[in-house]
Amino acid sequence: MCAEVEETLKRIQTHKGVIGTIVVNAEGIPIRTTLDNSTTVQYAGLLHQLTMKARSTVRDIDPQNDLTFLRIRSKKHEIMVAPDKEYMLIVIQNPSE
Amino acid sequence: HVYLLLSKCVGLLYSSASSLPSRCFRCKDIDVLPTLKLSCFPTALTMEIVYVYTKKRNEFGRQCNFSDRSAELHVDILPDPSLAVNFIERDPCDVPIQCTQEMSEHEVNTERFESDTRGINHVEGGWPKDVNPHEMEQTIRFRKKVEKDENYISTVMQLGNNMEHCIKQNNAIDIYREYFEEEEVVEESEVQPSAKTINVFRDPNEVKRTASSLSWHPDGSRKLAVAYSSLEFQKVSKDMSLNSYIWDIENPNKPEMTLKPVSPLVCLEYNPKDCHILVGGSYNGQIAYWDTRKGSQPVEMSTIEHSHRDPVYRVIWLQSKTGTDTFSASTDGQVLWWDIRKMSEPTERLILDPNKKGNLDNALGAISLEFETTMPTKFMVGTEQGLVVSCNRKAKTPAEKIVCMYSGHHGPIYALQRNPFFPKNFLTVADWTARIWSEDIKESSIMWTKYHTAYLSDGSWSPVRPSVFFTIKMDGTLDVWDFLFKQNDPTLSVKVCDEALNSLRVQDNGHFLACGSQLGTVTLLEISSGLCTLQKNEKALATAMFERETKREKILEARHREMRLKERSRSEQSKEEDTKEGDGEESPEELITRIEKDFYEIVEAELKKRDKGEEKKVADAIKSD
Repeated sequence: MCAEVEETLKRIQTHKGVIGTIVVNAEGIPIRTTLDNSTTVQYAGLLHQLTMKARSTVRDIDPQNDLTFLRIRSKKHEIMVAPDKEYMLIVIQNPSE
Repeated sequence: HVYLLLSKCVGLLYSSASSLPSRCFRCKDIDVLPTLKLSCFPTALTMEIVYVYTKKRNEFGRQCNFSDRSAELHVDILPDPSLAVNFIERDPCDVPIQCTQEMSEHEVNTERFESDTRGINHVEGGWPKDVNPHEMEQTIRFRKKVEKDENYISTVMQLGNNMEHCIKQNNAIDIYREYFEEEEVVEESEVQPSAKTINVFRDPNEVKRTASSLSWHPDGSRKLAVAYSSLEFQKVSKDMSLNSYIWDIENPNKPEMTLKPVSPLVCLEYNPKDCHILVGGSYNGQIAYWDTRKGSQPVEMSTIEHSHRDPVYRVIWLQSKTGTDTFSASTDGQVLWWDIRKMSEPTERLILDPNKKGNLDNALGAISLEFETTMPTKFMVGTEQGLVVSCNRKAKTPAEKIVCMYSGHHGPIYALQRNPFFPKNFLTVADWTARIWSEDIKESSIMWTKYHTAYLSDGSWSPVRPSVFFTIKMDGTLDVWDFLFKQNDPTLSVKVCDEALNSLRVQDNGHFLACGSQLGTVTLLEISSGLCTLQKNEKALATAMFERETKREKILEARHREMRLKERSRSEQSKEEDTKEGDGEESPEELITRIEKDFYEIVEAELKKRDKGEEKKVADAIKSD
């Protein structure tokens, strides 16, 4: 079971353009990360808050709705957040140029 | 006691006339009736008017008895001008007065609240109580524990899938790149095709004649030459004017110039090389040409002996070095070539005899001509009998001049024109349909419109769009067809007038067209831009369409030929068998009897079928009852 997770994360990491992968839990603790600690902590904290805000926005507009995915494209790269109740998967990718 | 004014007083005192004794408030000795006195205080400039009265002691406490008294002037103090010295007069000043509530303004300042923007740096946190974030071992252990959690595994798997999808998306295509820069913005004209009447030119004469032909001025299309004539047989009245007019399209009230032929003009054409020269074919068969600089009379006319015997229906200018060659067609079966410098005799003559023998009695009457300057040796003639004859001008013998004929129409061919973009295809307008032909297919047209309820009297391709053509009908409607868009119906159908429309001419820009009616009214219409701007890919699509239809017809033609060959071979075989018995050919009488027999058989069979059908109907009716 654990191996599948390993495999998935590894696969994600080896996709073209992916800079880093982070798995964070609901408290903001990074469980798995491929980046250095300070960056991870920064990403985890900030993105957690943002995801909460995004989710609450979506729910405010339509209570039946829920946030499934969050993508932030910036000049340098794209941050993709897949939120869940307990955990959150964050991937930073450099989209094809 | 009389109190007198002291020198420092402000006002004078007039003692009361009755200087009755009164208790003076100073001396207090005599009880007197009230008297007025002025008290003056040497310090103030104010005046105090005091009214003093005395009361007997035994009257103290007694109730007041009020009684009416008349008014008494107590004091009247007049101003003392000498005192004005002590005062300075003020400059007149304006003083505003307002009858409102008096309000006052107050300012309040709350206590100052200081705010400051700060950022918070998230230091690692969220660790449960028992785990010390600084201890590597503890954190690692915690992490390992979480990773073993089932929930974690399933969640990560699921999230991982989603994430992969998005990652792949990102890698597959850059969504922000400008992909279609080269394509211009296609202006989707949602505007419905429409035609707008710009101007109407009416025949100024009392007796109205048909506007049988129109021609645009070659230079900028500012002028329109209209030929008026009455095409109805023997309906020419004495009052009917013979004149034809040149109109300036800006001025519909009065024609710009009159052309005065000997006999009414049936057709009229501007010389495309010289915009002052016009050639006209008249009702009596003569050709005449005008020079607009020289006046209304024709410069020269053809001699009657050598002209046509019937009205000249069409005259076209030819492409030549001198620019003076024309040719004309008429229902007398002749096509004549003229040089306008020498109108006494035609330069060439062609008789439209389908048997190629030059027999005028057999000839087909020509109603329309077609000539394309890009193909100067070929021309086509549309006949009264519904055949289109394709001719070669450069043929050696008259017999070879007629190359081939296209049949398919039931009535006279009023319009004949090659497609300006695809010269191999030409349009014919006759009877109730308009047909598009390909030069190679002689048996039938490759495309055609449906059969209308009214006769079509003229038609023309649009000079700017290869798939658009115009037709006009005897019920006064103008149809605009866009064959790439719709083939069943015209894309636009406009009722121009109530009477029949006889002639149509489109301007070279394809934007304006003029149509002439039976009562001599020429209407100038503007077509909406969607129908006169070349759409993208239109040429390619039109090419494909024409090729497709041509191929289809070719296949059908081949098939027909095959079938005919088979029939012939079969009949030849049967003929060979019959030769033993006698002459295989039937004589006319036998042919007639055989045909009669066949005819009656068919009629009887049909009648029997009908009876059976009726019986069946009756039976059904009975059954249903």
